[in-house]
Amino acid sequence: MRRLGHRPDGLIEVLHTVQELFGYLDEDALGYVSRSLGVPPSKVFGVATFYSHFMLKPQGLHTCVVCTGTACYINGARSLLAKLDEELGLKAGGTTPDGQLSLLQARCLGACSMAPAIVVDGQVHGRVTPGTVLALLEHL
Amino acid sequence: MTSTEATEPLSRARRRPVEPLLPEGEARASANVCQAAGCLSMQSDLVFEALRERVVAAGLGDVAVRRVGCLGLCAAGPLVEVPERGRLFDHVHADDQAAMDALVATLAGGEPGGRETSKEPFFSHQVKVVLERCGRVDPERVEDYLATGGYQALTQAVATMSPEEVITEVARSGLRGRGGAGYPTGLKWATVAKATSAEGKYVVCNADEGDPGAFMDRSVLESCPQQVLEGMAIAGYAVGAHNAYVYVRAEYPLAVKRLNSAIRQAEREGLLGSRVAGTDFEFHVEVRIGAGAFVCGEETALLASIQGERGTPRPRPPYPASRGLWGRPTLINNVETFANVPAIVQRGGDWYSSIGSAKSKGTKVFALAGAVVNTGLIEVPMGLTLRQIVFDIGGGLAGGKNFKAVQTGGPSGGCLPEALLDMPIDYESLAQAGSHMGSGGMIVMDEATCMVDVAKFFMDFCREESCGKCVPCRAGTVQVHRLLEKITRGRGTREDLALLEDLAGMMRSMSLCGLGQGAPNPVFSTLRYFRDEYLAHVDDHVCPAGACEMDGGDR
Repeated sequence: MRRLGHRPDGLIEVLHTVQELFGYLDEDALGYVSRSLGVPPSKVFGVATFYSHFMLKPQGLHTCVVCTGTACYINGARSLLAKLDEELGLKAGGTTPDGQLSLLQARCLGACSMAPAIVVDGQVHGRVTPGTVLALLEHL
Repeated sequence: MTSTEATEPLSRARRRPVEPLLPEGEARASANVCQAAGCLSMQSDLVFEALRERVVAAGLGDVAVRRVGCLGLCAAGPLVEVPERGRLFDHVHADDQAAMDALVATLAGGEPGGRETSKEPFFSHQVKVVLERCGRVDPERVEDYLATGGYQALTQAVATMSPEEVITEVARSGLRGRGGAGYPTGLKWATVAKATSAEGKYVVCNADEGDPGAFMDRSVLESCPQQVLEGMAIAGYAVGAHNAYVYVRAEYPLAVKRLNSAIRQAEREGLLGSRVAGTDFEFHVEVRIGAGAFVCGEETALLASIQGERGTPRPRPPYPASRGLWGRPTLINNVETFANVPAIVQRGGDWYSSIGSAKSKGTKVFALAGAVVNTGLIEVPMGLTLRQIVFDIGGGLAGGKNFKAVQTGGPSGGCLPEALLDMPIDYESLAQAGSHMGSGGMIVMDEATCMVDVAKFFMDFCREESCGKCVPCRAGTVQVHRLLEKITRGRGTREDLALLEDLAGMMRSMSLCGLGQGAPNPVFSTLRYFRDEYLAHVDDHVCPAGACEMDGGDR
């Protein structure tokens, strides 16, 4: 915050930083941001919920993002999601009961030439099939 | 969009080892290892490290091993190019000893062996302006950019040209906005230059490349960020702005990282900052990261987002050119538009306008993806036909399937059928055919793709990404999506089809911004060219492509 000079227009940057540090944005954090920047809590909450990048719930230890952009969609992203649901009971936006893995979907990772693509803990994998997706997650 | 939080660090790429291996003096041969998103997803970072070790072990002191940006043919990644010998190696994996041996042998000057990709026909028809340096320079070394003539255009502009002369040159080039709308760039620059403001003006680079299936801007930023910065600085000089922002999607962490490092390096070289190229011209660039909202690609929403607000659009006019960031005149251009500028200034507007078609000048970068053999990043002169792109460059359909459609322009574009394959690609032809240029995503679909399902996919996208400010878009996307859902489940009727067209027309004419106005385009274009597929769903309750589950559903 200091770097951004406590300017109200730095709200999104600050929320990025908070989420990077704590993994998600809880009410306390949002309240603190609101007071520090002099931005009403309604606006902080409004911005935090408007952008899908911001998480208001804690996430699993590991994350798997399945891209569902156009190229991935027509190249079988749906079957990847179906496989994960079938094998792990995991739906997009959900986390396994043991808190190990969160499943998210992205609109496009820009890795369309390697469709369908998934990202496991920040590492992009291209040309994933229902057969290989579990193997990628197993060694976590 | 649900989320993309975990796209965050491309972790291994971040753990940079050491400086690239560069020999003293001129390299006799070099190995350019692609480190753009496509090849990185196939672990090309490990290829780079393995190859370095092999080259050192072989005692090749006069050979350079470089990390470079996108080599284009993503489908065959990881790619390694040896430009001196005109060879491109595909599918090079770090643990593939045969491939490594062949590479080292080629670098050593021995008889080429091993697997090699034919450069034809993928690279035929291509003309590189924006991508001129992609795959030739290390995106994280300003020295590489300078060595290939980088920043000469900026230096030339600030030292020898007046701002008006720069604008005249850009106007003469015929360059039009590459973000999709195709507004003449020179005209936009002149408008911002004329606007007066005691508090200064801004330059903004729109790198919120949200169209699914588009990765041109990502590739340019990851492969040669300096070229975009140079274009922005020239724009700043021309319109009289001293501060600039690049607004990048949060989904592109590697682009953000390379851009930040490029800004620091350019400042260190005195090419950005308080005294650009030793003159009194001052130009500061900051990066702003989006947070996962497609609508922020719309210019007024983007400006709101830079100011820390919810990214909702506002009615225009006033246009950002007169009232933009914090109410001040602001020039907004897309990544690719800025990347064209240095070459135009250096080689002249007439040179640029000699490329392309009558009304659409220059080149366009496309991201070729989907059911085509050669997926990747291409740059072609305007006016090439779809057939040349899909079948010559793209190598035709993968798996010997039949062509059905090519989708351009993202969620607000359209699907073009086989009958239009010989149409030249330019702004006017695409618009006439019910699609539009968009930012340059081009997705090829084969016979296994159901066009009604595709329309539903895009409507689902727009429904989730609608910011909710205006009713036609907020409610229209939901209702149209519901109708499409009903049709794809085999429960639709002829009345539903009529209602679909009605609603879509309402959205097009009444929505506030491009998202809502463009959202019905996939519906219109599929209805126009693939109406029989809709009718099969409605009348016969079958999906000709076999993609939809005709379970009857609950509705």
